[in-house]
Amino acid sequence: MSAAPEHAPTMAQTTLAERLGPYMPVLLVPLLALAGFLAIMNPASWLTLTVSGLAMGMMIFIMASGLTLVFGLMDVINFGHGAFVSVGAFVGITVLMTLGHMTQAPSLMLNLGAVLLAVLGAMLATGAMGWAFEKVIVAPVYGHHLKQILVTMGGLIVVEQLIIVLWGPEEIYFNRPEALKGAITFAGAAIEKYRLVAVAVGLAVFAAMRWVLRRTKIGLIVRAGVENGEMVQALGYRLKLVFVGVFIAGSALAGLGGVMWALYQEVITAHMGNHAMILIFIVVIIGGLGSVEGCFIGALLVGLMQNYIAFIEPKAALISNIALMVTILMWRPMGMIPVVKAK
Amino acid sequence: MSDSILTLEGVYTNIAQYHILQGVDLVVPRGGVTMLLGRNGVGKTTTLRTVIGHWRAHQGRILFDGEDITKMPTPAIARLGLGFVPEDMGIFADLTVEENMTLAAVSGPINSGRLDWIFTAFPPLKTFWKSDAGTLSGGQKQMLSIARAMVEERKLYLIDEPTKGLAPAIISTMAKALKDLKNQGSSVLLVEQNFAVAKALGDSANVMDDGRMIWAGEMDELSRDAALQERLMGLSMETH
Repeated sequence: MSAAPEHAPTMAQTTLAERLGPYMPVLLVPLLALAGFLAIMNPASWLTLTVSGLAMGMMIFIMASGLTLVFGLMDVINFGHGAFVSVGAFVGITVLMTLGHMTQAPSLMLNLGAVLLAVLGAMLATGAMGWAFEKVIVAPVYGHHLKQILVTMGGLIVVEQLIIVLWGPEEIYFNRPEALKGAITFAGAAIEKYRLVAVAVGLAVFAAMRWVLRRTKIGLIVRAGVENGEMVQALGYRLKLVFVGVFIAGSALAGLGGVMWALYQEVITAHMGNHAMILIFIVVIIGGLGSVEGCFIGALLVGLMQNYIAFIEPKAALISNIALMVTILMWRPMGMIPVVKAK
Repeated sequence: MSDSILTLEGVYTNIAQYHILQGVDLVVPRGGVTMLLGRNGVGKTTTLRTVIGHWRAHQGRILFDGEDITKMPTPAIARLGLGFVPEDMGIFADLTVEENMTLAAVSGPINSGRLDWIFTAFPPLKTFWKSDAGTLSGGQKQMLSIARAMVEERKLYLIDEPTKGLAPAIISTMAKALKDLKNQGSSVLLVEQNFAVAKALGDSANVMDDGRMIWAGEMDELSRDAALQERLMGLSMETH
C-alpha cells in the first residue's frame, strides 16, 4: 500500500474584500451618499437631496416589497402590480378629499386621523382587489411566464381604464393635509416634513416585514417557500394558501405605497402605477428576486441616485437608474442579495 | 389489508412525454424497513415522489393507511403522517438549523424528548443549531434532512438515498439513526444504493427495473443470493 499523500492544509487569512463581501450591499447606501456629497459639495443641498432620496426610496420599497415576495414564492411575474398603486392612490385620495374638514383643520390629530382613514381605505380596497386579481387573473396561469406577463399586463390596462371610468380622465390635484405641509430647517437645509414622515413609515414597514419573516412561523414558511416550495408542501403546509395571503398583503402594501406616492406628488393619474412600475422592477431586480432586504437596499439606492443625478445633471436622471441596474447586475447577476433557489 | 401501511396498485406516472412508472405494484408492511432497490434511472425516486404527490399518477391507485391518496394534494398527504426525505435533501439553506427543524414540527413546538434523541443521533445538529443550514457540510445537511422528518412521529418515512456521496463514518451514523427509527417500530420505505446499508437495515425488499417492480421478498433472501442480485440489478452488489 502506498503512503497517503502529504496533507498540509494552510490557513490563509481572509482579505478585507472577502470579509466585507456579505455586507457590500448594505455599505453601498452610505457609499452612494458619500459619492453624492463629493459630487455636490454643498452640505445643505446634499442633505435636502439625501432625505428626499431616502423618502422616495422608502416609498418605492413599500410598493415593490409585495412584488418581490410574490415572484419569489410562486415564480409569478405580476406586471399588473402597478394597478394596486393607482387604485390605492385614487381610493386613498378620495377618502382624504371627502374628509376635507379634517385635513384643512389646524389640528395634528384630525389631520393624521384623516390620513390614517385614507390609508386604511386604500389598503382594504387594494387587498380585496389583490384577492380577486389572484383568483381571476393569476391562478389560471401558474407556471407559464409568458401568459403571466400578457394577462397581468392586460389586467393593468383594464384597471387603468376602470379608474378613468370611475374618476374621469383628468389628473386630480389636491393639497396635503396642513400638518404634512411645509418644511423644517436643519443645518441650513430645508427638509420637507412629509419626506421625514415617508422615511419613518418606510422604516416601520421594513421593520415589521423583517419581524414577521424572521420571528413568526408564517414568516418561516414564506422564506422556506421562496427557496424550495415543493419541500414546504411535503412538510404539510398549504403553500398555495400562504401565497394568496402574501399576494393580498403585497397588494395592500402597494396600495399604501400608492397613497404615499400620491401625497408626495400632490397629483394622481390613472397611469401613475404603470409609471412607478419601471422603478419598482429595477428595484426588485437589483435587490435579488424574492429578497425583501435586497429590495429595501435597492429602493434606497434608486431613490438616492435619482435625486443626486437630477440635481447634478437633470438630463441624465432618466438613464441613471438603468445605469445603476446594469452596473449592479454586472457585479452580481442575480441581484445584490440573491435568494438561494433549490433548483 | 390492515398489515400494510402503503400500497401502490398499478401506478403509471409520466414526466413530460416520458413514461417513467409503468404499472408499479408495491406493498409496504406496517413496521420495519422496506427497501426499494434497482439500478439508476429505473423509477425509484419517481415512485417516492408520486407517493408524496410531487408527481401525479396518471393511472392506478395509492393507498396510505387505508386511505386513497392518489389525487390528494401534497400537504394533505404529508399531514396524514408521511415524512419525506428527498434525494436532494430539500434543506432550506437560508434558514438556520433551528428554523429548519421548527418548520418541520408542523403540529406545534418541538417535543424536547424527541429533540434530545435527535441530538444524540446527530450531534453536529446541536453544535450548529443557530447556524445557517447552507453552511453545513454535505453529511450534516443529510443529517438535518433526516432529523427534520424525525422531529415528529410519522406513520411512514420515505427516505431517498440517505447515504449518497457521504464518507463511511457518516454513513454509519446515518445507518444507526435509521436503525433507531426502526427499533421504535416506525415504518420506513428506503431507497438505497449502498448494499451494506440495505442489508443491515432492510426487512423486506422490492426491486425495480424499467418502471416496474420485478421482484419482492425478504431482504435476507436477496442478500444471500448473489446470482439473484446479478439477475435483478445487473451486477452483484456484494462487490460494491
